[in-house]
Amino acid sequence: MTRTRSSRKTAAPPAADPMPTPSPDEMVQLLTPGGEVTDPARLPDPETQRWLYRLMRRARHFDERAWVLYRTGRMGVFPPYGGMEASQVGTAAALTHQDWLFPTYRDTGAALTYGLPIPQTIAYWRTSPHGWAMPQNLKVLPFYIPIATQYPHAVGAALAEARRGTRNVAMAYIGDGGSSEGDFHEALNFAGALNAPCVFILQNNGWAISVPTRAQTKATNLSRRAEGYGIPGVRVDGNDVLATYVVTREAVERARRGEGPTLIETVTYRIKPHTVADDPSRYRTAEDTAGWDEKDPVVRLQAFLLAQGHLTEAEDAEITREIEAEFEAALAEADAYPEPTPAEIVDHVFAEPTPALRRQRAELMAEEAS
Amino acid sequence: MTATVTALRTMTMVAAINDALALALERDPDVHIFGEDVGIMGGVFRATDGLQARFGTERVFDTPLAEAGIVGMGIGMGLAGLKPVAEIQFAGFLYPALDQVLSHLGRYRHRTRSRYHLPMVVRAPYGGGVHTPEQHADSPEAILAHTPGVKVVIPSTPRDAKGLLLAAIEDPDPVFFFEAIKLYRSVKEEVPEGHYTIPLGQARLVTEGDDVTVICYGGMVEVAQKAADAARAHGIGVEVIDLRTLVPLDTGTILASVQKTGRVIVVTEAPRTGGFHSEISATVAEEAIDFLRAPIVRVTGFDAPYPPFTSIEDSYRPNPVRVAKAIRKVMAY
Repeated sequence: MTRTRSSRKTAAPPAADPMPTPSPDEMVQLLTPGGEVTDPARLPDPETQRWLYRLMRRARHFDERAWVLYRTGRMGVFPPYGGMEASQVGTAAALTHQDWLFPTYRDTGAALTYGLPIPQTIAYWRTSPHGWAMPQNLKVLPFYIPIATQYPHAVGAALAEARRGTRNVAMAYIGDGGSSEGDFHEALNFAGALNAPCVFILQNNGWAISVPTRAQTKATNLSRRAEGYGIPGVRVDGNDVLATYVVTREAVERARRGEGPTLIETVTYRIKPHTVADDPSRYRTAEDTAGWDEKDPVVRLQAFLLAQGHLTEAEDAEITREIEAEFEAALAEADAYPEPTPAEIVDHVFAEPTPALRRQRAELMAEEAS
Repeated sequence: MTATVTALRTMTMVAAINDALALALERDPDVHIFGEDVGIMGGVFRATDGLQARFGTERVFDTPLAEAGIVGMGIGMGLAGLKPVAEIQFAGFLYPALDQVLSHLGRYRHRTRSRYHLPMVVRAPYGGGVHTPEQHADSPEAILAHTPGVKVVIPSTPRDAKGLLLAAIEDPDPVFFFEAIKLYRSVKEEVPEGHYTIPLGQARLVTEGDDVTVICYGGMVEVAQKAADAARAHGIGVEVIDLRTLVPLDTGTILASVQKTGRVIVVTEAPRTGGFHSEISATVAEEAIDFLRAPIVRVTGFDAPYPPFTSIEDSYRPNPVRVAKAIRKVMAY
């Protein structure tokens, strides 16, 4: 990732470019789907591997439970991310609570990994206001519904941290479709020009609802978009959590050192529908998704840990019990949140309500009382 | 007006704005000013003249040329606790940033139940009257007044501009601050030195009168004033109200005047349909119909783009003659 520019003292161009040119299709991968380690020197230690595995299991459990809860009317419309856990967990796990996280609606797994409590996460997807008042001790924003608008926000938050002299960074997520939006490009350019400590995660999951990436853009390597803004771009196997974690850690450290932003493209796949209410059979076939089940990020690391002796079947079962118990306790907590009152519609617009809002609130309350 | 004021100094509106920005930078290290050409150049109208030299390139800085990025980055700075003061070079250049404005700027306190709020100011020159090129003379304030969660301030004098801008920067919520290009250098008045604020949401009574209420703001205040002076010569008492802020709107001052005069004219230089003048008209009709003696009359621009054709441009913008005609119309009832 370190690139140096040699000074050229002669007018004539050298016969060969002294700069190492990375292969345009180079993709960082530490653990292949077949369980081979490609670069032992970069592999995180076993404890970190187990930690990442558990975080992925926890994220997957939420995704699976959300489906069931939706079908029984106990969850709102939910955009699943099952199959993308390595892309979300490996990246968000590189942050501390002093860093900023700007997730999109697809990134519940990233928010959970960062530390958003499960009860509030459930409440958010139930559209309860309790899920929108982000915890005071975290710097995570409610999931972004517009596409790409969070990217410039991350630049601003990162710049604010830099201006205050902290080493904190801002991380923002986007998808392959989102990288078509102007805000994506403006943000990369701003972050480069202002040297903002940002880590931009571009999850290329192959689909923007029904539009495949090949129809979205003629570009075949989205990490190369970084070059247009003079910032590093890295392409990583988005189903290899060890790789996403290591690559993101490097980008975060780079930002902390004041060396500026990085774009990371995680190459993954949206096996699941766009939302629980979507029917992908309208736009893709089984052939389209063939092969991706075998690349399942959770299964990949699980098999590796078991084979290496870093995890036993008994420990794995214990993880299952723990995350199930954690979720059910969180669900009970979310169930206990009181229903909002209509007054909450007109509250929290300004610190001091305008006279117009006061009158409208009175109208609303009078209507409720009658 | 709250103030710690020692002396008065005669200055233009753009100088008063520059004075307010310098004071804000001086008083609060969280205040950061950014936009296109606001640095070494001091802005196309020189509103930020000398500020970068005095406060440094971290507090006052040029951004890439992209308005959505400017507003979006400002939102992120605001989330992180800074007080961003962005300049959009012309109000008509705001449109690339409207997604950020409509989707986020006014929503952040609401969507996070006040966990986050955005103490951000977006300044922009607006309005016509000085033969600017195409796109440079728009008056899009109604779009912003229609956006929940943002305040809209439009001063008409140097003194107000300084006090309102300082109040806007100190406000905990997002404020659009539109500056009439026509007034930047055409008007001078004595402005208090030092820090003072004029609270948002308080209209200013420009002239008092018993017969007609003329409601206006920004670049239209001097137009209304001229019409009022002419009417007075004919024995008609015109009360000119300068709203100063559209959001929050000082309905109390408007209704008190209407109850006295029973006749209302609203003057803006924005297109007619859906303009803020219509909001004022509807409010008066809803709240004071029993006091009205004549229809409410709007004097506005046309439902056409502000013309880039210099020789006929002046016919777009309301002038004292048009306002006088409206005064005669309502007096005929």
